[in-house]
Amino acid sequence: MALKTEEMILNMGPQHPSTHGVLRLELEIEGELIKNVKPHIGYLHRCFEKHAEAMTYPQVIPYTDRMDYLASMYNNFGYVVAVEKLLGIEVPERVQYIRVIMGELQRIASHQVAIGTYGLDLGAFTPFLYLFRDRERILTLFEETCGARLLYNYMWVGGLSHDIHPDFIRKTKEFVQYFRPNIQEINNLLTFNKIFIERTANVGVLPLDAAINFGMTGPNLRASGLAFDIRKEDPYSIYDRFDFDIPVGKGTVGTVGDCWDRYYVRVLEMEQSLRIIEQALDQIPEGDVQSAIPKRIKPPKGTVYTRVENPRGELGYFIISDGSTSPFRVKVRAPSFVSLSVLGELCKGHLVSDVVAILGSIDIVLGEVDR
Amino acid sequence: MKNPEEIFELIKSNFPDLEVTIDSSMPVEPIISIDPLKIHLVAQFLKTNEELLFDSLMSLSGVDDANGTKTKDENGTETITGGTLSVYYHLHSTSLKHKITLKTSTIRENPKIESVENIWKTADWHEREAFDMFGIIFLNHPDLRRILMPYDWEDTYPLRKDYKNPEFYHGMKVPY
Repeated sequence: MALKTEEMILNMGPQHPSTHGVLRLELEIEGELIKNVKPHIGYLHRCFEKHAEAMTYPQVIPYTDRMDYLASMYNNFGYVVAVEKLLGIEVPERVQYIRVIMGELQRIASHQVAIGTYGLDLGAFTPFLYLFRDRERILTLFEETCGARLLYNYMWVGGLSHDIHPDFIRKTKEFVQYFRPNIQEINNLLTFNKIFIERTANVGVLPLDAAINFGMTGPNLRASGLAFDIRKEDPYSIYDRFDFDIPVGKGTVGTVGDCWDRYYVRVLEMEQSLRIIEQALDQIPEGDVQSAIPKRIKPPKGTVYTRVENPRGELGYFIISDGSTSPFRVKVRAPSFVSLSVLGELCKGHLVSDVVAILGSIDIVLGEVDR
Repeated sequence: MKNPEEIFELIKSNFPDLEVTIDSSMPVEPIISIDPLKIHLVAQFLKTNEELLFDSLMSLSGVDDANGTKTKDENGTETITGGTLSVYYHLHSTSLKHKITLKTSTIRENPKIESVENIWKTADWHEREAFDMFGIIFLNHPDLRRILMPYDWEDTYPLRKDYKNPEFYHGMKVPY
């Protein structure tokens, strides 16, 4: 007698540890094989864009913190860059350097969470603890600078909320010295672990043309083999002054653009961020970080779209100004929102357990998907 | 690499019948305006033309222009009639490195714009978001459902400028 088989719908989430937040995935499965995945989002929708229309320009900054809560510094960064472009103001050198240092520290902290929780999803508990131990040092640096550990409201239009403290440069240099060998430790623990490779190599392969068509950016795009980084491509702030490489996926243990490549690009990027931080710490000039903050922020009529390289990809702010003190429209192009839309495409034909591996590898933050 | 004015001339010479305008008065970026029912044709051209190769749609944003007539009732709530809703497209070419902003406007009472979902997949969720927030209908979109708001949200669109917070949600009083 033949076994009776039929397609089945399985709901994964909204409460599920490996969906990294409140996300519901509707899996259409036949046995263990995935036929289709439909993500249902919006559980964390707070209508940031509507709120922003009722705020003045500086009041919007704390709201941007709360979108990608693992990379709040960078969300601030993108927003202030956009408003400064609209206003047409120049920012002092010292501010630019501090922003870059904070941004890159934030990138490391964000990748540490991404890598750690990815290991956790696939059953490796130890790397997670090692990475969170190191992330703690970055959060302490932030806390000593601006008093907050997660949501900073640190970058203001034209300046910063606080200058760095006198010990900051020494402590950050110490951190760079301390953390560099630990990347190798993670490689030994997780990256080249046989079980980890078995779970991630050749799984969820995203070819380059599909990646571009789906609008993938950041590590997810680079893992597919294109050296595209907005810090080099379309430099904002002072990124054109630093020497760093763009790691791309090479298919070291599998195919170019698989889960392992997406994971490994993040590991390599941490090293590049350390390089940028070292250069910036050596070059940072003296100055006042609040001298260029405008008394009244009232941009001229017009539109602006700026993009910055968030740890998760291209973070775009589209702002329309009607000439008043609050924005007429703020649209956020959130990298996680775009990355998540590719999930269905990646999961087709894989096993249910691979959904966890693929979802972890595209590294989403639901606060930013839903805004 | 081309600047927006050159791209505009290229579109104009290839679509002589089409009404295309460029607004360079804006302080930061010029915007090219296109007919909402011809956007698919132009988008296809922008993606495949060898001198342009716009292979990536960075962002697609709905906007309520709020340029209709505003009337206030006795409670002070504002309604807008007439005027337009717009969609902005931000395009980028990964090989030729140029960028461009397109705009298309449609009437508020019956907003219909051609979907570009089958040209750039990014547009799929972004168009759903614009539909969800502004009620813009994207013609030929394969799966135009609400995305961020609940699926059973009644026919109101939160990012329209005359949106009123609902007092009831499915018969239940909403406490504020």
